[in-house]
Amino acid sequence: MLTIHTPEAVMFWVLAPVAVLASLGMLLVKKAVHSALLLAWVMITLAIFYIAQDALFLGIVQIVVYTGAVMMLFLFILMLVGVDASDSLTETIPGLRPIAITAAVGFGGLLVSLIGRATLGHGAVGLETANGAGNVQALAQLLFSTYVWPFEVVSALLITAALGAMVLAHHQRTVARPTQREQAIARFRGASLGSAAGLPNPGVFARHNAVDVPALLPDGSAAPNSISATLKARGDMLESAQFELGEVDNTVTEEK
Amino acid sequence: MVTSTSLVYLIALPLFGSAILLLAGRRSDKWGHLLATALSASSFAVGLYQLSQMLARPTEERAITQKLFSWINVGTFNVDAGLLLDQLSICFVLLITGVGTLIHIYSISYMSHDENRRRFFAYLNLFIAAMLLLVLGNSYLNLYVGWEGVGLASYLLIGFWNQKPAYATASKKAFVMNRIGDMGLSFAIMIAFATLGTVSFSGVQEASHTASKAALTAIGIMLLVAATGKSAQFPLQAWLGDAMAGPTPVSALIHAATMVTAGVYLIVRSNFIFDAAPTAQLLVVIVGAITLMFGALVGTAKDDIKKALAASTMSQIGYMILGAGLGPAGYAFAIMHLLTHGFFKAGMFLGAGSVMHGMNDQVDMRRYGALRKFMPITFATFGLGYLAIIGVPPFAGFYSKDAIIETAFNAGGLKGILLGSTALLGAAITAFYMTRVMVLTFTSKERWEDDQHPHESPLLMWLPMAVLAIGSVTTGFLFTRGHALVNWLSPVVGEHAEGEKVLLQPAVVSGLALVAVIIGVAIAISKYQLSDVDSVAPQNVSLFTEFARKDLMQDSLNEALFMRPGQALTALLVKGDDKVIDGAVRGIAATALGTGSTLRKTQTGFARSYAALILIGAIVLIAAIWVVTQ
Amino acid sequence: MNPYNYLYVAGLLFTIGAVGVVVRRNAIVVFMCVELMLNAANLTLVTFARINGTLDGQVVAFFTMVVAACEVVVGLAIIVTIYRSRRSASVDDASLLKR
Repeated sequence: MLTIHTPEAVMFWVLAPVAVLASLGMLLVKKAVHSALLLAWVMITLAIFYIAQDALFLGIVQIVVYTGAVMMLFLFILMLVGVDASDSLTETIPGLRPIAITAAVGFGGLLVSLIGRATLGHGAVGLETANGAGNVQALAQLLFSTYVWPFEVVSALLITAALGAMVLAHHQRTVARPTQREQAIARFRGASLGSAAGLPNPGVFARHNAVDVPALLPDGSAAPNSISATLKARGDMLESAQFELGEVDNTVTEEK
Repeated sequence: MVTSTSLVYLIALPLFGSAILLLAGRRSDKWGHLLATALSASSFAVGLYQLSQMLARPTEERAITQKLFSWINVGTFNVDAGLLLDQLSICFVLLITGVGTLIHIYSISYMSHDENRRRFFAYLNLFIAAMLLLVLGNSYLNLYVGWEGVGLASYLLIGFWNQKPAYATASKKAFVMNRIGDMGLSFAIMIAFATLGTVSFSGVQEASHTASKAALTAIGIMLLVAATGKSAQFPLQAWLGDAMAGPTPVSALIHAATMVTAGVYLIVRSNFIFDAAPTAQLLVVIVGAITLMFGALVGTAKDDIKKALAASTMSQIGYMILGAGLGPAGYAFAIMHLLTHGFFKAGMFLGAGSVMHGMNDQVDMRRYGALRKFMPITFATFGLGYLAIIGVPPFAGFYSKDAIIETAFNAGGLKGILLGSTALLGAAITAFYMTRVMVLTFTSKERWEDDQHPHESPLLMWLPMAVLAIGSVTTGFLFTRGHALVNWLSPVVGEHAEGEKVLLQPAVVSGLALVAVIIGVAIAISKYQLSDVDSVAPQNVSLFTEFARKDLMQDSLNEALFMRPGQALTALLVKGDDKVIDGAVRGIAATALGTGSTLRKTQTGFARSYAALILIGAIVLIAAIWVVTQ
Repeated sequence: MNPYNYLYVAGLLFTIGAVGVVVRRNAIVVFMCVELMLNAANLTLVTFARINGTLDGQVVAFFTMVVAACEVVVGLAIIVTIYRSRRSASVDDASLLKR
């Protein structure tokens, strides 16, 4: 018979609400990166749950694979893709939000009440005997005897997934890469000769050497090329005006 | 019962002709009419042969039968398609084929300018075949087949020139009113089967001795309804005037000599039923008397020569029905009048056709006049028919009509006096309006329209008229020599018990009839011959004339009582069909469309809505599990 | 404490993940919610393994993790490819199957 000791109970009652709140937060925050971080926290909590339930191998794997690899992958892709497409929290499809909330309440309620009603016909057994030789050894015993066929299949799946990712990420050029000579010709035969001599180096029109302060064009407007698009999209661009001098002293004084 | 194998040829020959002419189409235009006439004549020849055979046999063996095939064999209902030729049928057979062949010959010339002449002859042959089937059938059901067949032929022939909508409507009217009568015959057959168990003539005759009077009365009344429909008697008489829209040979054959007499045949053939159901018989004489007067009154105001003759036909058949309702005493006289009427009325109709032919198809008698000089043969034959119909001795009508009047008086009691007086009065009015027709057409001053060149008709037209005129003159005399016809028919219609008290002696009746006739003729001559006649019908006339011109309001009555409610019902049903039934069908379609367009709204194209739907589906599943495991 | 309590937590996490798929527009956040659902299922499996006293639940959870990892790899590659051609990572933009 399984008895759960107090430390585990305390751990559960502290971490479980935190996990639920974190996942709710993942749902509700605006910025995608925050969602990813909250999800990572949920996964760590889950790893702790696994370890507390005598699934030692699984808990470590959860941290290594899920939190370490999968969430990092998510964050990389977010950096590549999702930073400037932030969700406004207004809903475009009419009626979807009420449906979703009703569905949530209904689904959750149903699940909870069903789980509450379910009985297994026997009490909780606990994993002392199953883990008798050690969790890893017992898992290996099962994995390479009863579950060897799914194991092989899943490994084939892994290889396929890796290949698939490579195929998808491969960028096939549809036009030949322009050579140096072609680029130069295009520059001089272009619409205007303004950029024929090449664009000014970074900092030529800069008023300030900070990354988030744009350079000014001769007519006083901010040069769009002088600041990273990411910063602009994130709204982290500062106004140059605040760094301009109120008046410029053009007199030349001799230096003694 | 003597059986025969040749009876079927009577029907088969004209039927074959009709089939050939209809199937061969235009290829037979050159010779179709000749073939049809030849086949009709050959049918007449077979009839004559049958008559000679029948005369040679003893009385008990005169009736012969032929079974063609076993037709209906369901449970206890067994009907054979069989033919019966007895003394009554042979009269009709000879009348139909004889007068029919004469009219075929007439039509060769009358319809010579019509490009559809072949079709006309096909229909004529079809009619002959159907009418023969009617009189030769050995059961009510076989009779019914022929009954329907003549109705069909009448429809086809009345509406022969169906390019004119009025004519097509007239043929429809005839058919529909006939149909109402046909319902009577259907009911009679049904009642006969239900109560008596059989529908053959011999079977019903056997069963009528033991059947209940109520059943027999019901059958009799239903048969009377059928007869009124087919014979244009009151109350189903409105179609006969309109039926004159057909070509004149049609009017002569169908609406004078043969089809309209089918009702009389039916009643006489069913004599065993009527003799056993006095109520039905009383109704028969009432209908006959009413129609007699009705037709006579209408005939006095008609200016269209064909419509006047049609009203006369209606009236004369009223005489026949009156005679047929007087029991065994009257059946033979009804048939006699039927046969003589066939001659003189057909002859007069052909004469009218001849007049129309010579007067550019003008039918208004007010536009005729003084045609005696220009169409002498027509005048002679028409005149002989006229003398026959009004009952001048020794012409045919004198014998037959006076026999009926006499039998009416002798029916006894108040009924006899009433019927007899009605018949006498009818005779007077008949004399009046027939004289009017004669005078207006032939002897009065000419009132023609411009460029009329009246001329005598060609040989093929006046030859049949002459033959029929001979019949008008001689047949009455011949039928009554030694009670020839009465004795001939008595095995079929029953004996009349001689020696009953007679109310009036025959001579007295004849005298009274002659007086009535002379009065009628005198009035007509004074009004039309001696005074001037307007060439256009005068408008300010007495109320009675107005009524008579409008067929005694029969059409208005029918319209008000039946047609308008019928139309309203039809309109209601059409609307109901459109709104309710079609509405339901369209509603199903509309529902499907509406459901579709509503359901289509779920196809938003957004993956998130689809995800939401999946979630809802999952909820439904879990809810189901929740419910099931309660 | 009842070992079944973990199941309630898993149920709640699953619900939140399901709602997140429906509500969020950013493709990557939707993907993360899917991962959350998978994790909730894993928690269920591990809990039942403990309750039943056998390790089969843990083995299946292990397989689920592997499969989820593959799925994340391929899915994110697809998102990147779509982003490259459409310049947008919103789920709502792929709505050409509209009626």
